[in-house]
Amino acid sequence: MTNVVEMTGVVKRFGTVTALDGLDLAVAEGEVHGFLGPNGAGKTTTLRLLLGMLRSNAGSIRVLGMDPWRDVATLHRRLAYVPGDVALWPNLTGGEVIDLLGRLQGGQDQARRDALLEMFDLDPTKRARTYSKGNRQKVALIAALATDAEVFLLDEPTSGLDPLMEDSFRGCVRELRDQGRTILLSSHILSEAEALSDRVSIIRAGKVVETGRLEQLRHLTRTSVTADVESVPKGLGSLPGIHDVVVANHRVSAQVEPSGLAPLMQALTAAGLNALTSQPPTLEDLFLRHYGPVTGEAPTGEVTSSRGRPGDA
Amino acid sequence: MRETLAGTGDLVRLGLRRDRWLLSLWILAFAMMSWSSASAGAGLFPDKANRIEAANTINAAASMVALFGRVYDPTSLGSLSMIKYTAFMTAAVAVLMVFVTIRHTRADEESGRLELLGGGRLGRNAPLTAALVISFGASLVLGLLSGAALAATGLPAAGSLAFGLGWAATGMAFSAVAAVSAQLTTSARAANGMGVIVIAITYTLRAVGDLAEPGPSTLSWLSPIGWNQQIRAFAGDHWWVLVLPLALCVALVPATFVLRARRDLGGGLRQERPGPARGALAGVWDLAVRLQDRMLVVWAVSVVVFGVVIGSLASSVTDFLSSPNAQDLIKKLGGAQALTDAFLAAEIAIMGVLVAAYGVSAANHLRSEEIAGHTEALLGTATTRTRWATSHFDAALAGVALLMLLTGLSTGVGAAFALHDGSQVGRVTLAALAQIPAAWVITSVVLTVFGWTPRLTAAVWGLLAVFIALGEFGVLWNAPQWLMDLSPFQHTPLLPVGSDGIGALVALTATAAALATLGYLGWRRRDLTA
Repeated sequence: MTNVVEMTGVVKRFGTVTALDGLDLAVAEGEVHGFLGPNGAGKTTTLRLLLGMLRSNAGSIRVLGMDPWRDVATLHRRLAYVPGDVALWPNLTGGEVIDLLGRLQGGQDQARRDALLEMFDLDPTKRARTYSKGNRQKVALIAALATDAEVFLLDEPTSGLDPLMEDSFRGCVRELRDQGRTILLSSHILSEAEALSDRVSIIRAGKVVETGRLEQLRHLTRTSVTADVESVPKGLGSLPGIHDVVVANHRVSAQVEPSGLAPLMQALTAAGLNALTSQPPTLEDLFLRHYGPVTGEAPTGEVTSSRGRPGDA
Repeated sequence: MRETLAGTGDLVRLGLRRDRWLLSLWILAFAMMSWSSASAGAGLFPDKANRIEAANTINAAASMVALFGRVYDPTSLGSLSMIKYTAFMTAAVAVLMVFVTIRHTRADEESGRLELLGGGRLGRNAPLTAALVISFGASLVLGLLSGAALAATGLPAAGSLAFGLGWAATGMAFSAVAAVSAQLTTSARAANGMGVIVIAITYTLRAVGDLAEPGPSTLSWLSPIGWNQQIRAFAGDHWWVLVLPLALCVALVPATFVLRARRDLGGGLRQERPGPARGALAGVWDLAVRLQDRMLVVWAVSVVVFGVVIGSLASSVTDFLSSPNAQDLIKKLGGAQALTDAFLAAEIAIMGVLVAAYGVSAANHLRSEEIAGHTEALLGTATTRTRWATSHFDAALAGVALLMLLTGLSTGVGAAFALHDGSQVGRVTLAALAQIPAAWVITSVVLTVFGWTPRLTAAVWGLLAVFIALGEFGVLWNAPQWLMDLSPFQHTPLLPVGSDGIGALVALTATAAALATLGYLGWRRRDLTA
């Protein structure tokens, strides 16, 4: 399998701030690649470098074998992008924007466009200024998904969507993968990447700190379980795949690997289970546990996405 | 009351913090221009006979009266020196106050900033009240400072105060007009446009009204800019006229709050109608035209009206050649030789500068689109940077050329009728077309700055203001020649007076092309920024 996206040792500085500090990233052809990281880790900067909107200070970047800085038009004909912060022209309608972006992309599938409008339940006759954040995002998503691109770069595409629409979106992504398209999906939500991705890369402070199939990153997918029980069973800590057990009165909390869930449940059920909550760990939890707190200056890879307004200074 | 106004003080402080440079620089500029004009007048018209001669010439020339108004006391140095400032520069004060008011009302609402603040302890009427406090305060400071500047040159204190209060009251009246327009439209651009159109209408009303014999007719009294003239600072000081703009404020401000109470945050009075479900925009060029065309239409209508009016006044210039002094004055105001030609050349030069301002504003789409994040969406498609920038830049250049062509044709047709000479159309149109290269140079500067130091793109407005000031006052200030030569407008041949200047036009066009090329180079190598 060849790599569609290849970044080696990429450095990007904004003035004195180093947003990307020797980033390596590889996305294989035909995979859905989750690009995970907390806010400000450099996700948006990475995507903008891949699009040739920013110029790297060091390192090499290849997308479909091309240099995204030099071969912009040729490359972008085969690529579709959904920005994280979708800004539309206030007095154009959603339909007009979708068609404009589609034409600039080199044409879109009309039947697919209409089907997507239907699926995302978007009214294309409304002016963009009346759209909510979620609806603006749908405009950009429909425009991108209706094209015949080989590579899709999606920057936190579901951040404004409701759960129902998120589900429709996941369906679209799976469909694209079945057709053999490559998708790079940035997110700060672990569960979203988990639901869609074949592989994930985790970025922290401008560097990719983990990359691989989710099974390989199993240690990252511990579930946080809290249970109220009649009597606390003994020897919970020695069960396989269970970590950080804390017992307080009748309450037990622990971090559990997928393989440890079944034995833990059996033990808890036997102990008379009264209440149970479980939640996937947040990215911040993971980072604190696995990589320690970041010291020194916080990386601000997403400085370019803060939008100042004209004449505000 | 207390409930709806909660937080007004905080908003006023925030507004003044945001505008500390913008407002102080503009206020200083107006005060300095007043001071310059008054000091220059003292040198140009040293004795009474001199003034009477000049004032009578202006009052007798319909073109002058239409453009600037009448000198109501020919013996008064202040009345004569400030003739360009009672109507013409007053309109500029009005434009400034419209922009300031919209900036703190509709612009904040459109961008969502007001929504962010509205989540806090903020009364419903606080934002509008704060905006009016800022623009009324700015008008007052601008007026009083300018009045003080006039008094400092030695003009009578009472007249200086009357003049300053005139500007203050007129600024307040147009702030109130802008506050109303901010309630009616949903976009700041449209609200600004509506305010400027009201200014243009009131200016035209007084131009027509002032032409009536013997004095201003009712039409002048219908115009707030006409009121400012009728205060007659340094020519009797009619203090009571100040009541009129203040009464307009008293009428409009409550109306604004009623309108505000009747609509939602972000909404206008007109309901948003559904638009086309399918788009016909084929590419970035179509998009640039779509984003620029409304402004271009407003400008086109304005230059055609202005051109016809100015052109038809061409005959009146030669009607008043009674004295050598009169001829001398008009030559000074115009340029050379034949008075009609001098007059037309001077007017076309003014239009050249105004149309250059259109070029700057149209080319500024480059930066405003980038800041808004629209450019990011477009560059994510197969559109190259050069192609995108070219769309807005070329649309700006084409707009400039079109506007100058329309200026020439309309002025020429007006002059042809007035002088019964069909050949005027061709000559005057050619004269107007000769203004295009200079306007292109300043338009290209926008692209250059955008390419290399994008955050300074709006500063090109300041550069344009410097060039205008050099053209207006450079000689009076004894500005060094090299400084004067920096302004592209200094190199434009004053047609139809002379015939020389092809070389200068070629050089200006080449300069514009070089600046544009430089701009593209910078734009192609820099990061996208917000």
